[in-house]
Amino acid sequence: MKPTNTVIKVCMGTGGIAAGGSDVMDAFRTELDASGIEATVEKNCLMHKVGCRGLCAKDVLVDVIVKGQKTTYQYVKPEMISRIVKEHIIENNPVTDWVVGDDYHNFHKKQLKVVLSDCGSIDPEDIDAYIAGKGYEAARKVITSSAPEDVIGIIKASGLRGRGGAGFPTGVKWEAAMKQASKQKYMICNADEGDPGAFMDRSVIEGNPHAVIEGMIIGAYSIGADKGYVYIRAEYPLAVERLRKALSDARTRGFLGKDILGTKFSFDIKVKLGAGAFVCGEETALIASIEGQRGMPRAKPPFPVYSGLWGKPTVINNVETLANVPYIIRNGAQWFSSFGTEKSKGTKVFALTGKIKNSGLIEVPMGIPLREIIYDIGGGIEGDRALKAVQTGGPSGGCIPAEMLDTPVDFESLAKVGSIVGSGGMVVLDADNCMVNMAQYFLQFTQMESCGKCVPCRIGTKRLLEILDRITKGKGKEGDIELLEKLSADIKAASLCGLGQTAPNPILSTIKYFRDEYEAHLKGKCPAAVCKELLTYYILEEFCKGCGACLRACPAGAITGEKKKLHKIDPAVCIKCGACFDVCKFKAVKKE
Amino acid sequence: MLSEAAKKELNEIRQKYPEASAALLPALYIAQREFGHLGADAYEAVSDALGVPKAIARGVGTFYAMYKHKPMGRHIVQLCTNVSCMILGAEKLSDFLKNEYGLEPGGTTPDKRFSLVIMECIGACGTAPAMLVNDDFYENLTEKHIEEILEKYK
Ligand SMILES: Cc1cc2nc3c(=O)[nH]c(=O)nc-3n(C[C@H](O)[C@H](O)[C@H](O)COP(=O)(O)O)c2cc1C
Ligand code: FES
Repeated sequence: MKPTNTVIKVCMGTGGIAAGGSDVMDAFRTELDASGIEATVEKNCLMHKVGCRGLCAKDVLVDVIVKGQKTTYQYVKPEMISRIVKEHIIENNPVTDWVVGDDYHNFHKKQLKVVLSDCGSIDPEDIDAYIAGKGYEAARKVITSSAPEDVIGIIKASGLRGRGGAGFPTGVKWEAAMKQASKQKYMICNADEGDPGAFMDRSVIEGNPHAVIEGMIIGAYSIGADKGYVYIRAEYPLAVERLRKALSDARTRGFLGKDILGTKFSFDIKVKLGAGAFVCGEETALIASIEGQRGMPRAKPPFPVYSGLWGKPTVINNVETLANVPYIIRNGAQWFSSFGTEKSKGTKVFALTGKIKNSGLIEVPMGIPLREIIYDIGGGIEGDRALKAVQTGGPSGGCIPAEMLDTPVDFESLAKVGSIVGSGGMVVLDADNCMVNMAQYFLQFTQMESCGKCVPCRIGTKRLLEILDRITKGKGKEGDIELLEKLSADIKAASLCGLGQTAPNPILSTIKYFRDEYEAHLKGKCPAAVCKELLTYYILEEFCKGCGACLRACPAGAITGEKKKLHKIDPAVCIKCGACFDVCKFKAVKKE
Repeated sequence: MLSEAAKKELNEIRQKYPEASAALLPALYIAQREFGHLGADAYEAVSDALGVPKAIARGVGTFYAMYKHKPMGRHIVQLCTNVSCMILGAEKLSDFLKNEYGLEPGGTTPDKRFSLVIMECIGACGTAPAMLVNDDFYENLTEKHIEEILEKYK
């Protein structure tokens, strides 16, 4: 029997490649060749890569579509391919053992995909695949038959707000830039995604780069820009490569360049690589970096729409914001604003990470309760343990405790509980995570990444970190919590840019909801048993079998004991590395 | 000295920008590739090629983490220890690299095979802990996994 109308889609995002996606594709090619069906393969069996579909934890994910019937396989390895080809592709019997389970389907059920609608289904390196799904139709329509004012009207009516963190209305920003008389204007895409725990923008560029480019074309036309930049992290080599290819293809097809689609509108986009400075995600720092300077923010106003790159009016939008634009133009403002809440329209992409079963990339309507994200989409906590908190918004955000899981996820509601939507990172924490340690982690990050231009941020974050360091080492002093609060308030009020203005948020929100943990540290205890200096390790007599595993594992020689007899840890010698704890099969080593 | 090819590349990049100093970031990447790291000679070459004062070039170069200011090993292991990776065990991996390979953060093995750079989030948090070796991503790391991966880099 010959395969007919077969499509094979192999996940080749960064996650898919890291899990061995290229080897899987090679195995398919070899296997299809070996089955003696190579002559028909070209015609009847199409294999292509797709970008991230979200659930990277189960990579390599492969869709096999036979006669319109889609079957998805998980954890695919090259050695599984011969069975899939033989039984499924040739004999049309899916290999049920390897097919995704309910969790895969539940993961997708409550999601609503706008930005990600084509991610994971089309080949990101094939412009025709994007065009076949109505790609570049929105740009064509806008450029050939709409006035800039009308396009901006649609974006304003849709209620689209910036996805880069601040949530500024996109249409309003574009309108301000449009009204500038300057001959030279710039359209910039901010792809400097650096928030720890976030990979939305990377996945969008890797999975559907043309949507971002189309969004930029529409934006540039609306504001009257003829030059654009994508400022992208150098740490994302695959995204950079796919973006460059997409730009070159778009240029070849006449969507970029001079006199686009036979009109008088010209626009082209350059890629500018970052060089590993988080603060360059801040728009004025980003501009400085494109200009070839140290990436330091400057005071606003003037805002970039008035004076941006080389002093010219400049619109800077986030990747996800721009990727929404073609879908809004295609489907209408009403369609978009039918999703979400009164003030937060549309969907948001989140990166779900940490102690969650289904970690990955998700897109949900704004306003969805956090609980549904964690339990229905995320499948709950790893090991079915209790959830402690969800950290949102990265180093500018805060922790939402388990009691507040019914909070709707939108700009206003998260701000109300002391966190932010931010760029979309969601880190799930359980009882094993210490909240003081979390705050310390974020502060280490912001302190390192502070550019040093303004004193409150440069010195303030350093002082905050010192206080957190001493609290986690059991050297905290009476009044330290209040000092943290006071200093935080000053830094928020006096810092030059968003980095310093939001850096204290992780501290303030953990003090707000987990003050008892801070207090416990001041009394010399870390309730989550994380902070090394506050731990003591000991062996429980009733569980110890005297196997000697801990003794052998201890690098400090702190453990003594004879075979089959109770072992002991000498606290004076113990360096608290946890090797004994990890190695004990009988859970006899305790730390507290 | 920059190679002729690099000089040509630099010149092309220079033409893309309204002012020479705007080409500094890509120029420094080229110099780093040519010289291995950014030392006095590299800054001198960039400064000559773009006509930008050396102090400005160095000021820019030292601001960004991806420019290296000392000789690096043949392969750069870039381990993320940021939040999502940390809570899934990145610190243990960093200890492992230290104990098994003598790789300290920022350090290089005596045989110049590996350098270790501790990274902020590299956007692979959904499959944490993660690292890059040169330009290749590796995810869901364990100690055993790292051992197998590093075998591939000689
Ligand atoms: C320290 C700091 C880092 C930022 N990083 C990013 C980033 O990586 N990506 C991004 O789109 N916006 C980032 N922003 C927000 C930008 O300054 C800007 O508001 C945004 O790009 C505007 O686009 P939007 O209106 O589409 O959201 C950052 C802001 C600050 C203060
Ligand atoms: S926190 Fe390690 S990759 Fe994001």
